[in-house]
Amino acid sequence: MVEQVMVHGAEWTAKELFVYPNEFIYWSIQIVMYPYMTGLVAGAFVLSSLYHVFGQKDLKDMAKFSLVFSLALLPVAMLPLMLHLQQPLRGIEVLFTPHFTSAIAAFGIVFTTYAIIVLSEIWFVYRRYFVEQTMALKGKTGFGDTVRRGIYHVLTLGAYDISPEATAKDHRAVTVLAAIGIPVACFLHGYAGFIFGSVKANALWMSPLMPVIFIMSAVVSGIALCMLTYIIIMEWKKFKAILARGRGDETVTVIAGVEMDVMSKASKYLLGFLVAAITLELLDIIFRGYTAMKSWDILRDVMFHKDFVKIFVLQYGLGNLVPFALLLLPGVTIRRLVVALVLILFGVFMMRWNVVIGGQAFSLSFAGFMHYHLPMIPHSLETYKEGLFGALTVAVTPFVIFWLINKIVPSLKEV
Amino acid sequence: MTCSRRTFLKNAVKGAIAGALPVAAFRLLSPAQARSAVEDASVRWGFLVDTAKCVGCGMCVKACKLENEIPYDAPVTRTWVERYVVTRDGRTHADSPMGARDGFTDRKIHGGEAIDPSEIVKAFFVPKLCNQCDKPSCVQVCPVGATYATGDGIVLVDRSWCIGCGHCIMACPYGVRFFHPVHKVAEKCNFCYHRITKGMKPACVEACPFGARHICNLKDHDDPVTRIILNERVAILKDEYGTKPNVFYLGLDHNVR
Amino acid sequence: MKSHVLRPLWVAIAFVALVLLARYFLVPDDFGVHGESFTYNFYRAGNVQEWKDFPVKFRGSAVCVDCHSENEEMLAASLHAAIQCENCHGPGLDHPESGDPGTMILNRGRALCLRCHADLGYAGTSRAAIPSIDPVRHNVDSACIECHEPHNPDLEDME
Repeated sequence: MVEQVMVHGAEWTAKELFVYPNEFIYWSIQIVMYPYMTGLVAGAFVLSSLYHVFGQKDLKDMAKFSLVFSLALLPVAMLPLMLHLQQPLRGIEVLFTPHFTSAIAAFGIVFTTYAIIVLSEIWFVYRRYFVEQTMALKGKTGFGDTVRRGIYHVLTLGAYDISPEATAKDHRAVTVLAAIGIPVACFLHGYAGFIFGSVKANALWMSPLMPVIFIMSAVVSGIALCMLTYIIIMEWKKFKAILARGRGDETVTVIAGVEMDVMSKASKYLLGFLVAAITLELLDIIFRGYTAMKSWDILRDVMFHKDFVKIFVLQYGLGNLVPFALLLLPGVTIRRLVVALVLILFGVFMMRWNVVIGGQAFSLSFAGFMHYHLPMIPHSLETYKEGLFGALTVAVTPFVIFWLINKIVPSLKEV
Repeated sequence: MTCSRRTFLKNAVKGAIAGALPVAAFRLLSPAQARSAVEDASVRWGFLVDTAKCVGCGMCVKACKLENEIPYDAPVTRTWVERYVVTRDGRTHADSPMGARDGFTDRKIHGGEAIDPSEIVKAFFVPKLCNQCDKPSCVQVCPVGATYATGDGIVLVDRSWCIGCGHCIMACPYGVRFFHPVHKVAEKCNFCYHRITKGMKPACVEACPFGARHICNLKDHDDPVTRIILNERVAILKDEYGTKPNVFYLGLDHNVR
Repeated sequence: MKSHVLRPLWVAIAFVALVLLARYFLVPDDFGVHGESFTYNFYRAGNVQEWKDFPVKFRGSAVCVDCHSENEEMLAASLHAAIQCENCHGPGLDHPESGDPGTMILNRGRALCLRCHADLGYAGTSRAAIPSIDPVRHNVDSACIECHEPHNPDLEDME
């Protein structure tokens, strides 16, 4: 009786000692990517709102960019979920029959609300530009221009008034939307933490601190990614300026000056959120150790033995402590900043990994372990979707989308 | 021109909302419909496991897999039997190879050395299955209403509606849920709902030659099995999660996980 | 509304209306709260009947002996009386109606007997109360049923 059956999870799960028969690592790499990507969305939006709402003028240049970038990240927050679902075509049911006692059901509503806010905010920021483009392209007859004009025409939603009074209204609308957007962004990510924190069956996940920890690390990773992308873009501009006018030209020093200025200011916010995130995470571990509930024996085994390198060396050491020192030591250079930012992004990724995979590293029996082996070379749809290449697809997509959006909504002009 | 089009669109939108809202949003709260579908209120299914009678033959697991069309060679199962061996040094050795589909025929645990009988202080077998909880945490977390408790207390999965997110699998403290290898949706024990609603016993109960498994109606106090649950000292698994399970155990040891 | 500020809102509302409209057509009519709580009783009512209609495979020994009475008396008096026919003969499914053996694959292997009769050495348990053998020593190359009559496994009655 040989049947070719694929048990979801069996491919990448290795069991050790006493594990219930049905236990596998059901939530794998895509569920690591999911809070990571949502975190980047929320973080990017919060960064842009710091300028729009709290008038942090020093972040003006970052604000437009990070707003558009958060739009590019938005569909990608949903992508890992779709890749993870066993029945992806039924995903829309979350909007049709939402069962609101589930944290995932909130996803449909919060995510849609958030998408609408981001889209509206971008509309208000760029409406004037859309109108101007429609006007500028009016007489042109080429195919590309006709299509572009059509797109801009639709994007104006028929609102052509760009008088000073009208644009003043746009600005006020942006401020209001950004203000509403901050709690929604936090909620969007807080509930991602809630999905894990509310699973009472999982000893590692169940913690009321989980949503807050998720929000803090989300903002950290979002700011870090925006800063990093900003640096890459500015370096590219500088490189082009050098090619065009030579190394000693004034424009090169101006670009470098602006870049350093924006970065040193943004890194202050980054440090603040980083401290908050680490404090909460450590509080969580200390509390678990001190109260030493039934699950502590197995949790200790996982944290201090099985996953010690992943948690304390890679996440806290390399991902938190080292960049913390790099950012605090005087005389920050762009190069050192880049190293620190990459490490921070890595650290937050490891945090997601250690929560999602670490939470499934031990059995519900508290008497056995499960080991996760990430599928590298895809040999079936499932090992692609929930393997290295699926994760890479998710990681690359926002940049492709950002590039596409920039064809229509130039977030980097006049920077 | 634009003005009239805008007015038209606006009215169309308003119309669509007015039309869609009452039917779509309020329909799911209609009390008449709610009452009509509730199951017979005189039944609440329960289960009794007598661990002292179980010999670990695994006939229940085999019968369950065949009855409920769970691929026989897949390492997942709706019910399983665990073996616990406590040795003189105070250690507990536990296993359930293939969910005990082929029973326990070997003294080795986890492929290690066979445990010498003189080292054993106690050994026993514990059958596990879905607890059909009063407060099923798996149902609470389903985002789309694809898993639910029926009026007679059985937790079912709607195979045509489940999106396969796995949240219910994560939320069950007993590890009874898994993805069906063929249907690609969440799968679990339902006390053989198709059998018990026809007056038959679940396949595992029928297959057990030793009387280690019993089904009962907890609302019928004349049911001999219900009387045991009411009168004897029975235990439940993982009380601390507050799920209020309905599978009761006679002779449950503290080592049972 | 003269102001253009509300225009994104209209788009948003149109989107919500679209979802509700799609919901109206795509969600089955019997989907809703059927019972006391939204938390535990929110589902498609028709699914309950679908599960009730799931096909029964194991019919029970009472159905078997309606036609196959040859071993009935011997079995009823034997130590194996509690074992269902289908445990060894395979699930009956629609065999009584169609006559087709279908899923009924008779299991004659040692592995089946060893489920209960392999000696595990767990003194004082109900497993230890069953007569048992060491599977790696006891007539390794023979099927159990070559010597033991499964319908009357009394060691004293052995031929």
